[in-house]
Amino acid sequence: MLKDQDRIFQNLYNDKGSDVSSSQERGDWVNTKEITDKGRDWIINEIKESQLRGRGGAGFPTGLKWSFAPKEVGSRPHYLVINGDESEPGTCKDRDILRFEPHKLIEGCLIASYAVQAHVCYIYIRGEYFVDGQKLQAAIDEAYQKKLLGKNAAGTGWDLDIYIHYGAGAYICGEETALLESLEGKKGQPRLKPPFPALIGLYGCPTIINNVETIAVVPTILRRGAKWFASLGREKNTGTKIFCISGNVNNPCNVEEEMSIPLKELIEEHAGGVIGGWENLQAVIPGGSSMPLIPKERCETLKMDFDACVEEKSGLGTAGIVVINKDQDIIKCMARIARFYKHESCGQCTPCREGSGWMWRMLERMAKGDATKDEVDMLGDVTNQIAGHTICAFGEGSSWPVQGLLRHFKKEIEKRNNLDPIVQKKNNIPYLVDQHLLDKKNA
Amino acid sequence: MSLRRPAKDQPESFEFNASSLEAANVIVAKYPEGKQQSAVMALLYIAQKQNNNWIPLAAMKYIAKFLDMPYIKVYEVATFYTMYNLSPVGKYFVQVCTTTPCMIRGANQLVEACKEKISENECELSDDKSCSWMEVECLGACVNAPMMQINDDYYEDLDKQKTLDILDKILNGETPKPGSYRGRVNNEPENNRKTLMDLKNA
Repeated sequence: MLKDQDRIFQNLYNDKGSDVSSSQERGDWVNTKEITDKGRDWIINEIKESQLRGRGGAGFPTGLKWSFAPKEVGSRPHYLVINGDESEPGTCKDRDILRFEPHKLIEGCLIASYAVQAHVCYIYIRGEYFVDGQKLQAAIDEAYQKKLLGKNAAGTGWDLDIYIHYGAGAYICGEETALLESLEGKKGQPRLKPPFPALIGLYGCPTIINNVETIAVVPTILRRGAKWFASLGREKNTGTKIFCISGNVNNPCNVEEEMSIPLKELIEEHAGGVIGGWENLQAVIPGGSSMPLIPKERCETLKMDFDACVEEKSGLGTAGIVVINKDQDIIKCMARIARFYKHESCGQCTPCREGSGWMWRMLERMAKGDATKDEVDMLGDVTNQIAGHTICAFGEGSSWPVQGLLRHFKKEIEKRNNLDPIVQKKNNIPYLVDQHLLDKKNA
Repeated sequence: MSLRRPAKDQPESFEFNASSLEAANVIVAKYPEGKQQSAVMALLYIAQKQNNNWIPLAAMKYIAKFLDMPYIKVYEVATFYTMYNLSPVGKYFVQVCTTTPCMIRGANQLVEACKEKISENECELSDDKSCSWMEVECLGACVNAPMMQINDDYYEDLDKQKTLDILDKILNGETPKPGSYRGRVNNEPENNRKTLMDLKNA
């Protein structure tokens, strides 16, 4: 288990206050000027050496992302945007940072803004977190009052203004370009890339977008050094991470742990074990709903980091671990996730808009045992036609969980759904879009 | 995508009152000059708050004029985002999360409780017109599942009986205390905490 002094988020459970003075006791806002005095190149280099990877799901190296910002500010100002649109089912880590460790985030914003030469930072928070957003706003107001923000913020000589922008219940706005569209006051529909936001982002200006957790760990890394951060976890998967363990466990919780910690240790040590014992485990979704599930046999040895999860054909994503035990109907669980994606598709690309609903309807039927034999393969076919054929990664996000289900629980589906397609044809199934059933009229 | 339609009965006109106007001007000032369109989401919230928790078409037209942007662009935003209510909802607006992490911990019991206490179908007003409920997608409090949101507040770690009690309170016009209903502190592992103990005991 990670030593307590190596935990970055000391106030994760709000044992102490979240105001400036108690944050200072935890080391925030102490000699911020010393950090910025070392210069932009030093900061970016240090973050690169710490091998910090984005905590929002994609795991892109943060130092590299910052280095994409233009070195000189031209006619267009630079912006820093913080992505706090945490909507991935299974994930609730950013909420705790917003309400209990706001000054880690604010100080991180100042340092990151300085590194990418931005004078304005927008923090995009999902609309449902209104109360938590108000707590962050109170922290920002206090920071202004104590001259930690505004002109010559915290004595660093850098001017910075931070504004909160609330979303309004759209999962897709967690995608960085959709988030920018939303910030500009439009529908949150993702943009084509390239151009990448680092060159053409918010209002057409260079924009760096980072997750809340990524920015909040930056000040600590710079204070304690890249070597310290890189010494935790393993090569390319360094540092600590807040894991959210939800679902069928005895003590669901958020906990900060070292990267590459075994999944079993997380569940047994921190979450009090699976309800009904480890033997009762059915599957685990390791990184929020868009990551394919991992069956019990693989969970025994799985290490929780970016690369190890990819080896299991899944992903660390946001580290929102959803534990599903044998009391649950796995097909129904996945059907509910498919319904989530059907509801949240932005409607821009046809494969995703139509396909997400199609997958949901098929899975609902499969859960009931009303599907035909050939639909199992057809479901796999539909997922392949969505993934990779959309503007943003939502296509992958919606089809991966279904692919994961097919990969590991195909037998279960087939056992339940053995209707013959020709007999099924006589049943009047009221699904308009299921063209394949109409096509079989002459079968 | 989710299908969203504006209400049939629409008020003829809408205007910001003095406090809304002040709040709106503060928000417009957050964005660079000429980019006032960015404020549309926040202004829709203000309109929604002023107008008993829903947004009439007249408000969208008013905001379009206020921000000097086409009405259709405001309409697009208001119909795209699910937190803008396009038809009247109760003074107490209950949203039950039923996405998988909540579902496997018994969110259907919360839905049953809502059906018993408020109305048989979602998005319908209760008999005394004070409450309505709906199922929503993940609200981002998965380790506190099952949970629901009433207006701005989160009610966490619920079961059927606790939900019934909360609903009784709001039907009586009281606002129950938000937070965990199993008495645990925030997101810590209940009775099983092994980290940051020095801070806890300090």
